[in-house]
Amino acid sequence: MKLDCQHVWEHISEYIDGSVDAKLREDIERHLEHCEICSAILDSTRNILILTADDRTFELPVGYSERLHERLAKELENPDGDLKKK
Amino acid sequence: MRTTETNEAGLIARILAGEKELFHELIRPYERMVYLTLFSIVKNETEAEDGAQETVISAYRHLASFRGDAKFSTWLVTIAINEGRKRLRKAKTAAEESIEEKMEAHEGDYSPAPLTDWREIPLEALERKELREALRVAVTELPDIYRQVFALRDLQELNVEETAQALGINPGAVKVRLHRARMMLQKRLVPYLKTTAPARRLFFGRAL
Repeated sequence: MKLDCQHVWEHISEYIDGSVDAKLREDIERHLEHCEICSAILDSTRNILILTADDRTFELPVGYSERLHERLAKELENPDGDLKKK
Repeated sequence: MRTTETNEAGLIARILAGEKELFHELIRPYERMVYLTLFSIVKNETEAEDGAQETVISAYRHLASFRGDAKFSTWLVTIAINEGRKRLRKAKTAAEESIEEKMEAHEGDYSPAPLTDWREIPLEALERKELREALRVAVTELPDIYRQVFALRDLQELNVEETAQALGINPGAVKVRLHRARMMLQKRLVPYLKTTAPARRLFFGRAL
């Protein structure tokens, strides 16, 4: 089946996740071979995802981990803070 | 993965048997995930950090109720989501919430931005701090229901099932929301991606 661009866009997310079926994957790939626009959309979306997963993009506040473990240590010391049995 | 889970099960058993201190170790790999989950809901660093601490304390107190039929990470992220929602409810009026719920029913325009001249994104463009900043802002400004799914799937890299379970929605909704979130971000970030002219022919997606 020959896909139009709109159709490819609708499935671009699932295509990236590898969750389209084999037939659709093949159709999309055939479309991408000759369509610069859809290839560009695919590449830019992928790049955004790479950037999102990069630890430098979403950073933790300085000292976050230390404060967290400090607070936890206090909780663990607390004699009333016994683990609930249920 | 399997080793992680086995180790975790062992750790949990020992903590419950009295070696409380090991909870520090159990939680360490998930600190980032807990914080980012909170941040994706409350969108405020201080609130997110407070919420992350509450989440960890709550997980410790309720560890005995962790059954092991879900992954520990999913269980923990669910606690984080509930904590975030609790904080959000305090800060936000019910009216605002209902507007957002309605948004999903809308057949909005979730198509990407079709341009051809930014196909070749040079590596250095992705390395630029402005792009990271733009992405942070764009993610923060996504409507809540999309941002939360996006954060769990693409930031925390949970799978569809885990995301659905953690948010209490069905897997179909996860896919739809994720798609829309990604397309909104793509559209939003196009101007940043194309500002640098390709100087050399090394492209992120290709080179790796």
